[in-house]
Amino acid sequence: MTRVINAPIVVDVPQPRFRPGPQGTHITIRGLTKYFANWPLYENFDLDIPKGKIVSIFGPNGCGKSTLINMISGLIPIDSGEILFDGKSLKDTTIGYVFQNYREALFPWWRTIENIAYPLKLMGKSKAEVDRRVEELVDSFDVKFDLNRFPYELSGGQQQTASIMRALAPNPEVLFLDEPFSALDFEMTLFIREKLQEVFMKTHTTMMLVSHDLEEAVYLADQILLLTKRPTSIADILSYDDPRPRTVSTLSEPSFISTKRRSLEIFQREVRR
Amino acid sequence: MNATTPWSVAQTEGAALSTRKGDLARLLPLVGPLFLIVIWDLVVRFGLIKAILLPPPTDTIATLILGMLGGPLLYDFWVTLYRTLVAFGIAVLLGMPLGIALGSNERAYRSVEFVIDFFRSTPASALIPLFLLIFGTSDVNKIAIACFGAWLLVVFNCAYGVINARKQRIAAAKVMGASRWQIFKDVLVWESLQASFVGLRSAVSMALVIVVVAEMFIGSESGLGHKIINAQQVMNTKMMYAAIMSAGILGYALNVAFLALERKIVHWSGR
Repeated sequence: MTRVINAPIVVDVPQPRFRPGPQGTHITIRGLTKYFANWPLYENFDLDIPKGKIVSIFGPNGCGKSTLINMISGLIPIDSGEILFDGKSLKDTTIGYVFQNYREALFPWWRTIENIAYPLKLMGKSKAEVDRRVEELVDSFDVKFDLNRFPYELSGGQQQTASIMRALAPNPEVLFLDEPFSALDFEMTLFIREKLQEVFMKTHTTMMLVSHDLEEAVYLADQILLLTKRPTSIADILSYDDPRPRTVSTLSEPSFISTKRRSLEIFQREVRR
Repeated sequence: MNATTPWSVAQTEGAALSTRKGDLARLLPLVGPLFLIVIWDLVVRFGLIKAILLPPPTDTIATLILGMLGGPLLYDFWVTLYRTLVAFGIAVLLGMPLGIALGSNERAYRSVEFVIDFFRSTPASALIPLFLLIFGTSDVNKIAIACFGAWLLVVFNCAYGVINARKQRIAAAKVMGASRWQIFKDVLVWESLQASFVGLRSAVSMALVIVVVAEMFIGSESGLGHKIINAQQVMNTKMMYAAIMSAGILGYALNVAFLALERKIVHWSGR
């Protein structure tokens, strides 16, 4: 009888079973880990983003709000973990992304209308299809400025409107918005906020909004995702169900005020922690 | 649209007010040259510099104009321009694709950066004798050396333009699902244009400088450099100054032409 000395020890490490989110989940994030300079920003982070809702992300400075949506949208690579859109990977998913800095998001070498049509061209749509979709967008955004101008000839608000139109052009399944209003004046912020709400009511596109303005975050949201300081985890997720269209009078509704107050309390608790 | 009407009225009013001042202001650039010519004339008139070293401005300018209107200068002017443009054209054809390719692969660029920087810092005129050895005293020699000097500038600036492309524009294309090739042709190439044009402008100046210097070497039979050195040898200072001035005109015109081209093509620059 022979005996193998120093036989390799095989240990069966069970693969963690993929845990699907609850009914109506669009984006499932499981075990997301991201280190920055050997310091964990996200460690084993799980999150479910519901379909057809607007989720506002709010949290202390440097907790990685933008990093979170950049990882989900594939702009920043993740160290490990899994992100699925209705069970599909990112490359099988159409997404739209609106940047804070519209000046460096649009392509100044093309006219505004060509910028808006670009994602459609990337998808290989025919000229007729592109034209039809752009016209649709122009109608739904009630565009008053000349789209044949170059982006740098437009005002900031007009440029951001064009950015949003570009992001929405391919009918994305998810729209990411990274502080889309913070570079705009108040008037333009109000205008684009209303447009966004209109578009949402029409299309029910899942949206993830990073905002540093709590009022705006609550006003647009179905869910407010509150994050902790790094290593970031979920402090709380609040639902806010006031009917749309929400208007200026929404801002004085008791439900709005209490959701905002509750968010602020959690935020302050997390900042002090 | 209605909202813009009062503004356009205000603009025309403003323009009308400034035209009277504008007429005079437009003449301001002439002050410098006129001042220079007056000083030049006075210096010659009072004999501060011997007339053989510095001919009177009127004679010199007359020589320049006559020379350029089909006289002996015109041929040399065209030859120099031709050599400069051929050298520059080859430099752009070979340099731009390479610069953009190097810039989009930062590791490739880092590995040749020292070589490029070294030769870019070496005065190209120092290499003229070497090129004489290789290409002889032919036309090819002058074009080759000027092309080499210009090529380095084109490569370097195009590569830098791509390397310094706005990261967010690349991200925007990426998030829309653009492939690497689409990002390259729809974003990187355009982003690099601004820096590339800086390179093109310095490259054409560099090509002109080297062509003129190369034309001064033994064995040259044409070109403004040849004209200048020939006129100097026989103490034909009027012709020498006229040739120098036409070289200046050529350099200035090339620069202005490239600035205009840049403004047309890179229309978003600085906005």
